[in-house]
Amino acid sequence: MTLLGVEGIVKNYGGIQALRNCTMNFQEGAINGLIGPNGSGKTTLFNVMTGYETPDSGKVTFRGKDITNSTPDEVFAAGIGRTFQLTRIFPRLTVIENVHIAAQRKGLVAQMRQWSQPDERARALESLDFVGLTKLSREPAGSLSYGQQKLLEFAFIMVAEPKVMLLDEPAGGVNPTLLKHLGGRIKELNKTGVTFIIVEHDMEFVMGICDQVSVMHQGSALIEGKPEIVRNDPAVLEAYLGTDMTEVN
Amino acid sequence: MLVLQAIIEGVLVGGFYALMAAGLTLVFGVMDIVNFAIGALIVLGAYLSYSITTHFHIDPFVSLIFTTPLMTALGMVIYVFLIKPIKTNKVVMSLLTMFAVATLIEGILDICYNSGFVQIHASYINNSLRIGKLNFPLIYVLSFLLSAFLLSCLYLVTYRTKFGRSLRASMQNPVAARLVGIDTDRVSMITLGIGIGLAAIGGMIFGTTNAFNASSSYDIISRLLVIVILGGFGSVGGALVAAIFMLVIQDVVAVVWSPVWGSTAFYMILMVVLLVRPQGLFGKKGVRAQ
Amino acid sequence: MSTDTTISQRPTPPSYEVPKVIRFGALAVGFLVLVLFPLVFNNPTISTIGVFAMIFLMAVTGWNIFSGYTGYIALGHAVFFGIGQYATAMLASYWQIPPGWETFLLIPVSMFLAGLAAIPIGLIVLRVRKHTFIVLTIALMFIFQLFAYNLRGWTGGSQGLEVSQPPWDGSIFNLPYYYVGLFLAIVAIISSFMIRRSKFGLSLLAIRDDEDRARSLGINTRNSKLTAFVISAIFLGAAGCMYAMFVGSVYPQFSFDPAFDLELSIMAFAGGLGTILGPSLGALIISGAQQYFLITFGGANVFLIVYGALFILILRLLPGGVVPAISDKWRSHVVRKEQRILDSELEGPAEAGAHK
Repeated sequence: MTLLGVEGIVKNYGGIQALRNCTMNFQEGAINGLIGPNGSGKTTLFNVMTGYETPDSGKVTFRGKDITNSTPDEVFAAGIGRTFQLTRIFPRLTVIENVHIAAQRKGLVAQMRQWSQPDERARALESLDFVGLTKLSREPAGSLSYGQQKLLEFAFIMVAEPKVMLLDEPAGGVNPTLLKHLGGRIKELNKTGVTFIIVEHDMEFVMGICDQVSVMHQGSALIEGKPEIVRNDPAVLEAYLGTDMTEVN
Repeated sequence: MLVLQAIIEGVLVGGFYALMAAGLTLVFGVMDIVNFAIGALIVLGAYLSYSITTHFHIDPFVSLIFTTPLMTALGMVIYVFLIKPIKTNKVVMSLLTMFAVATLIEGILDICYNSGFVQIHASYINNSLRIGKLNFPLIYVLSFLLSAFLLSCLYLVTYRTKFGRSLRASMQNPVAARLVGIDTDRVSMITLGIGIGLAAIGGMIFGTTNAFNASSSYDIISRLLVIVILGGFGSVGGALVAAIFMLVIQDVVAVVWSPVWGSTAFYMILMVVLLVRPQGLFGKKGVRAQ
Repeated sequence: MSTDTTISQRPTPPSYEVPKVIRFGALAVGFLVLVLFPLVFNNPTISTIGVFAMIFLMAVTGWNIFSGYTGYIALGHAVFFGIGQYATAMLASYWQIPPGWETFLLIPVSMFLAGLAAIPIGLIVLRVRKHTFIVLTIALMFIFQLFAYNLRGWTGGSQGLEVSQPPWDGSIFNLPYYYVGLFLAIVAIISSFMIRRSKFGLSLLAIRDDEDRARSLGINTRNSKLTAFVISAIFLGAAGCMYAMFVGSVYPQFSFDPAFDLELSIMAFAGGLGTILGPSLGALIISGAQQYFLITFGGANVFLIVYGALFILILRLLPGGVVPAISDKWRSHVVRKEQRILDSELEGPAEAGAHK
């Protein structure tokens, strides 16, 4: 069943058409991969889906509801979390503070209470445990290594228990051990029902972890399907000019 | 008739503000800093021209031969010692630094010259140019011509020279510029030098057309900031249009209503425009990173 | 099995924070000093310095709640200082308030009015990005200054307005102002502390670090910024009211004064922008120095030079401020101590190696 979908999205920047009549559907409960050559519009699509950009035309739906013009905080509150290509964490705050930011609270009075309530703290530590950063909880996030920051980003999105997690190049710049660890975390979280949409260039990673792969090319969807089918599709090979795909094959 | 005169005078004076605003917005575009000290620097230029013309009895335009290189050098020194070392939060820290520099200069000028108002004199200052029924002070016209000339030079340098190419590259994408071998530090240093050298010239223009003292810097900087915000940070064309537009409106309001409300109109327009278009008339909408 | 654990076996890292004992001790001492200050130094000239110090203390702490926590450096907050001043002067005469204790009732009124004004102003200025914001707040302040000059019927134009001074004896004149000021300053500090401790405060800090990221995690940045903006305006309004009452006259160029904003930012930066007590420390030191300068040298222009040069130095050398510098020093002290212990353990008896 489609959880998150885009329909006919068009997005132009000056003379550049980043997204051209892009229509895609991402299955609930699955780990969806989103691949495509550089410049095919993957990050732009993410931006449109999460409210960072408004499309010139087209629709974004989440569970049937139209969220095209939602702001980033509304998108997050609806249950869609995302990471960024260049990790964005809060460098001057400690790791544990970082993880608390995503903890949602309702009501004015609640906002004024101490920033770490017992249940929030428990969830925060749980997330940190899950990614393996508990020992660093009191360190300023800015002092973490790049790979650790990626894990931190993962952790603080988890805290809000999103229904969908959009990961933008999670493997970028990460060493193989950490990557395997991350992949394991993704699979485990997926078992609890979290849907994933992962933009990636690392074909091995994508093919190894995704149930469903969508390929983008020049701003629109090229093909969607199971990894084995997609990797052998001639159109996809052509789009990539044979570089990444043949290496994996 | 009076309104027509006001409009034309607005254009003439606008030229000065356009030149200064262009310098300001260029500096911002290249190195992401708001040269808040430009008001004080213009007044510094005015005082320097004033001292030179009164002591050596030379024409104000000639005094520029001395003040311009001096202040250009000052600009480069400021860049090297105060701006370049800033590593984090460049926009805010540089603005505060320049705010402090402005205060420092104002204090020094106040002590050196006391708070009496002065004005730069030349023999032809009070002559007017007659066109039909309209009278224009000659100095306004000369200043406008000078501003227009310099703006064209600025345009030529930016679009027709190798340095200009480096300048535009640094504005658009500093990282890429460095990757192709452009020394963005040197470009920034020269740009700030140019900006402040222009302030020397602007100072002379301001000093001949207005009575001024050390605290005139506030008037200047507040107007320039309004113009640059309206035109959009980084847009030289925007600065030009905004400058002429605002000055014309100010003069017309002053004539039609009253001089005090002329100044107020200046700021009110800013508020109204920003309510409708937070990015200014020509600025780009703040694109969220990624 | 060995019962004493070495550092490498400790489960959690040692705390790098200054121990609570020292912190509370310092606070208590500071508090005592401030309370006893005018009683010990009962020379009116000196206690005048104290009154101004209190006014700046509450103003800077309030300013820090917005600018320090969110990172939006508001260089036009003098607007609310001026609103506080003019509201006080205008209401004192309109309501015919007799000079004396009743005038102090205008403090909550000024706070309310400043806070009220902050809502529409905040809605306008908070729509723009950080650098435009700074410039816009400055422009806004000049607008208010122009209004103060031009709306002569209401504000007295360049003649300004008067606030009648209470008929108190010269030797104790300053005391009520000082203690009310101290009370308000403490309220400001406690508010700052409570905000810092709360989820709201964490949201503000997140906005400072990466506003868009904060938004993407569900923080309503617009409301958070506006709330902080209004709260800080309230304290500046209070400061304005006290200033008007104490000085007795209100003029456009001193109510809406860019130099005032410069002073606020220097004090906050010097003490430690974004910390709880840093701005207060900066306020005490710098306003003390300022008054001293005024008394010894007279004339505002020398002071401008000092301010400008001082600010430049602080921005270059100690951009974090005094309080973070102190906590940094403490942290390195703890790290060095740990390192020494670790070294001695490694060189220790040979059994340590055998246990592994």
